[in-house]
Amino acid sequence: MGKERVAVVGIGQTHHTAVRGDVSIAGMVREAAQRALDDAQMTWADIDAVVIGKAPDFFEGVMMPELYLADALGAVGKPMFRVHTAGSVGGSTAIVAQDLVASGVHRRVLTVAFEKQSESEAMWALSLPLPFQPPMHAGAGGYFAPHIRAYMQHSGAPDHIGILVALKDRRNALKNPYAHLHEADITFDSVKDSMMLWDPIRFSETCPSSDGACALVLTDEAGGDACAARGGNPAWVHGTAFRSEPTMFAGRNQVNPRGGNDCAADVYRQAGITDPRREIDVVEMYVPFSWFEPMWLENLLFCEEGQGWRLVEDGVTRMDGDLPVNCSGGVLSSNPIGASGMLRFAEAALQVRGHAGEHQIDGARRALGHAYGGGSQFFAMWVVAADKP
Amino acid sequence: MPELVLPDRLRGVEPVRSIRTPARLDYEFTAGRATSRFLRGVAEKRLLGQRCPVCRKVYVPPRGACPTDGVPTEEEVELGHTGTVTTFCVVNVQFYGQAMELPYVSALILLDGSDLPIMHLLQEVSADDVHMGMRVEAVWVPDDEIEPTLESIRYFRPNGEPDAPWDSYKDNV
Ligand SMILES: [Zn+2]
Repeated sequence: MGKERVAVVGIGQTHHTAVRGDVSIAGMVREAAQRALDDAQMTWADIDAVVIGKAPDFFEGVMMPELYLADALGAVGKPMFRVHTAGSVGGSTAIVAQDLVASGVHRRVLTVAFEKQSESEAMWALSLPLPFQPPMHAGAGGYFAPHIRAYMQHSGAPDHIGILVALKDRRNALKNPYAHLHEADITFDSVKDSMMLWDPIRFSETCPSSDGACALVLTDEAGGDACAARGGNPAWVHGTAFRSEPTMFAGRNQVNPRGGNDCAADVYRQAGITDPRREIDVVEMYVPFSWFEPMWLENLLFCEEGQGWRLVEDGVTRMDGDLPVNCSGGVLSSNPIGASGMLRFAEAALQVRGHAGEHQIDGARRALGHAYGGGSQFFAMWVVAADKP
Repeated sequence: MPELVLPDRLRGVEPVRSIRTPARLDYEFTAGRATSRFLRGVAEKRLLGQRCPVCRKVYVPPRGACPTDGVPTEEEVELGHTGTVTTFCVVNVQFYGQAMELPYVSALILLDGSDLPIMHLLQEVSADDVHMGMRVEAVWVPDDEIEPTLESIRYFRPNGEPDAPWDSYKDNV
């Protein structure tokens, strides 16, 4: 039995913000899902199954929220799956949904990911003291800052690279009405002078805490053809890959993790890509702290190890560069954690559909969506294109 | 939806949008054989790692198996109380439930003779003077306060030795 071709025919997201006080979690996920259905020109009845993902339940303190959200997502009486791979979950969730279509199990799958950080205490939940250890943990920033320092030292990257990435992403966000942060008067100096939270990470080089959700409608080839016939510009999935590795083992490279390398190589192979720098038109990668852009450029094989910062410095990753990264403003401008990975996948699909609005890259035909999570140990990626595989 | 009618005394009161409900989770932690041996060693002011018979890497604290080779790590190795700062950050962010006084230097320290850094506190040095490759030593709590926990090491401090070369710890960052 051949693999079914999979199309993204509906994309929805909420306006990400610090506090969605007007809706519950259920109202928020339904809003994103309804927008994806509207985009797909479908109703709840057209959906065969729902796949949902979010970051750890301990964030909002609602255990197994998929059970209570089944109603809001029209999943009563239908198969519903929950995915959990820490920060990469939004990407992994989309991949599980696409697998259900590619395998022929379902024809039309709705997939949703969310986080309501205003109802949560993520810093605390990520800093629980470990038994018999000093209480040193200080959230994700405290975990990643030493690895960023190691990258800076090893690659010889100048200090301003992180500032350039933050400035680029926040300015890109001005073109994205859904982005949480719209900092019209941000400048190089305002980033540079912002507080060092976890030295070497500054406040303005750090993602915000957001409430938000993202949803996609995935269909089989017939669904994609129908979408194309009505001018809906489906995005076709050309490859998907997951990888994971343990948090700790001797010799582990946390700056350029093997899991991310292998995941990228796998997804490029599936998509028939041999030179990602030339063959991919636009990238949405998971950059919660600005320095991860140069680090992931290397991990995702866009350049040699130690050279990622030069691409940033040369403007290659700006919207007018030859490899635009995070035109949506990225995680640095909106971080509803569980949804952040799916937003990367969704934004990649928006680009190849030509539906990215003001942050559209003209003529984008092929895009990479990337997510990572845990201690740089869970990876999820997809390649989507305007043309069928 | 039916209109909600509030009693007179509640009219004009600001509506409740959210409430804060602290969550807690109490659990029993079983350290397991390898970690228990390690913690009993700490109570005697000794740092005991375990070596993998296949890759020869030394894990501290040991978990009893090598994550790379999937084999038991039975050979015990006693480590010195000195090490190298492989990398670090200066934490300056306040959050709910935080136990440490700000700012503090959180360092990854590769104990001499081991192959995986531990995270610990660095003190008796200005944050501006901390750097990768710095040589450090453990400062223990007074003998009568030593317990089977890594908190029995109060912190690490520079021991005055010349910096370790990058090649000696580049695989452990
Ligand atoms: Zn081994």
